[in-house]
Amino acid sequence: MNDMTERLALLSLFSDLTKPQLEHVSHMFEEEMFPAGQRILRQGFTGANLYVILDGEACIVLDGKELARLGRGEFFGEVSALLGEPPTADVQAATPLRCLVIPQPEVKSFLVSNPQVMYRILQAEARRLSYTLQWRG
Amino acid sequence: MARVNGSPDRPFPPGDYPVVVVGSGPGGLQTSYCLTRLGVEHAVISADEKAGGMFQKWPIFQRLLSWSKPEAPYPRTSEYYEWYDHNSLLADEPENRALVVEQMDRTRMVPSRPEMERGHAAFAERAGVRVRYGCRWEATRQEADGFTLVTTEGEYRCRAAVFATGVTTPWKSNIPGIEGVPHYSECREPAAYEGKTVFVIGKRNSGFEIADGLEPWACRIILVSPRPVQTGVLALATVRVRYFEPLEDASWGGGTFALDAALERIERTSTGFRIHATGTTRPGELVIDADAAIAATGFTTPFQDLRELGCVTVANDRIPALTPFWESVSTPGIYFAGNATQGAAGLRKHGVGSASGTVSGFRYNARLLARHLAETHFGVQLPRPEIAERDLVPFLLSELTRGPALWNQKGYLGRVVSLDALRDEGIEPLQHFVDSPGPDAVAASVEMDGEANICPVVYVRRGGRVQEHVMDPHPLHEYEGEDYRRRVEEALA
Repeated sequence: MNDMTERLALLSLFSDLTKPQLEHVSHMFEEEMFPAGQRILRQGFTGANLYVILDGEACIVLDGKELARLGRGEFFGEVSALLGEPPTADVQAATPLRCLVIPQPEVKSFLVSNPQVMYRILQAEARRLSYTLQWRG
Repeated sequence: MARVNGSPDRPFPPGDYPVVVVGSGPGGLQTSYCLTRLGVEHAVISADEKAGGMFQKWPIFQRLLSWSKPEAPYPRTSEYYEWYDHNSLLADEPENRALVVEQMDRTRMVPSRPEMERGHAAFAERAGVRVRYGCRWEATRQEADGFTLVTTEGEYRCRAAVFATGVTTPWKSNIPGIEGVPHYSECREPAAYEGKTVFVIGKRNSGFEIADGLEPWACRIILVSPRPVQTGVLALATVRVRYFEPLEDASWGGGTFALDAALERIERTSTGFRIHATGTTRPGELVIDADAAIAATGFTTPFQDLRELGCVTVANDRIPALTPFWESVSTPGIYFAGNATQGAAGLRKHGVGSASGTVSGFRYNARLLARHLAETHFGVQLPRPEIAERDLVPFLLSELTRGPALWNQKGYLGRVVSLDALRDEGIEPLQHFVDSPGPDAVAASVEMDGEANICPVVYVRRGGRVQEHVMDPHPLHEYEGEDYRRRVEEALA
């Protein structure tokens, strides 16, 4: 196994994948490193990708205000990537940040061919929705 | 810092220099050329004995993948010709442009390795790029005001160091048993594989280069990696010249196989190798016996001790993680030129990466890096020509239609004009433009959308906020018509 495969194996998002499937994922997609403060998703820009955090923290920022913070194993960019719409907020690196980058044009085929990952993403989305509804209520 | 002079044939003896460039491949030559034109004093050192870098020995099968078209809509002396010539280095003097094309015998649209090497050597000679050859960088020390590079000839002290040593150190993934498999760089003469079953680890450029080169000799060629070959993408890429003959053979069952599998382990047998793998796109165990094996698993940047200085990396520790101006994100003052500049990924919209892993892209990075060093470290003020208001939109549309930096580095570099004083700011990394504060300005960029269409895009920064304006593609890539003029005017309004 290469280093990336070993790191992916530790994330709950990929925990249902077999070793060959993890190898496949690590060969499919690239890793990117962002210094603290670097924007990754840009509000209103087309072409946003799906990012899975391998190490570090990211924050969601709207009009200069931090709305939420994401850590290792969490992901962002899924709404834009799935709907093909520009992000409605910025996401930037809160600390030095390493991510796996799933290019927007490949998100659908990746999720369809890895239903276990799709299920984990749906679970996480459900938790986010539940949290948002509780907060509003 | 003390000025140091050398003899004409042995320039740059050890000593103090504002900048030291390491490497004499295309990245180093281009960086030195641009620094010289900007008046930035620097030394260039290289472990090699002559110019050319990796093109002195690779690709093994002697043919590149990147095209240079001898005939194009623009003369070879024009900078607009650069879009049609992905292999020559950039020069201000028309006579020093397109020097690789000058070497090509026109049997193919892609140059041979010797043609590439001769073209870059001609650039070094004619453009007067001086290098201290035979001087190997061995270690690095961080000092209070810069760095000391320890070499086989002595110590070089500098404020900024530029490493243009390529991505040239053979790299293998950590598959059990792979240590006994020769790397691509150790591939033997094709005749050595006559009548044999050859197992190739890797299905990227170098794997298919080997398959293509060995097809006339080997009996069976089995390429394996976890990721399937994306034939739809390859069909539109220059690399198809290497990929499609082996793939055609595989599709006809002619003895070549391209398998999607994760390798478990590799064993030595009395006659060769036994490979244990598990299918990825088609699950199932595979056991393959082969007479020979080759690890086409790629290369890594020769970091020496730069990691110990704090340089962080990406891509399984193979590539430095870089800022938009190709400086280490973690060790300021350490810069990279050449192939390693792919460590600055850029905006990566729709997942589209830069062309920084090839000469066609990184030659522009080197030019911008030299300007960045000149302005930020040495106080050089570059000219920023004024643009008349009536010329602004035509200027942007002309750049979108034929600007070579925009076309070679799609979605990565942009042409920038400041709007308060209407001045041409030159080419900038797009990521820097959209993420950095600055005066009101516009950047023009040529990009690929999610369906791989080429689209013109302008970014307008007003009051510190940047808005993106994506325009429709044009079937002939002509963006100087009325529709595009109106769209750009609306974006600027």
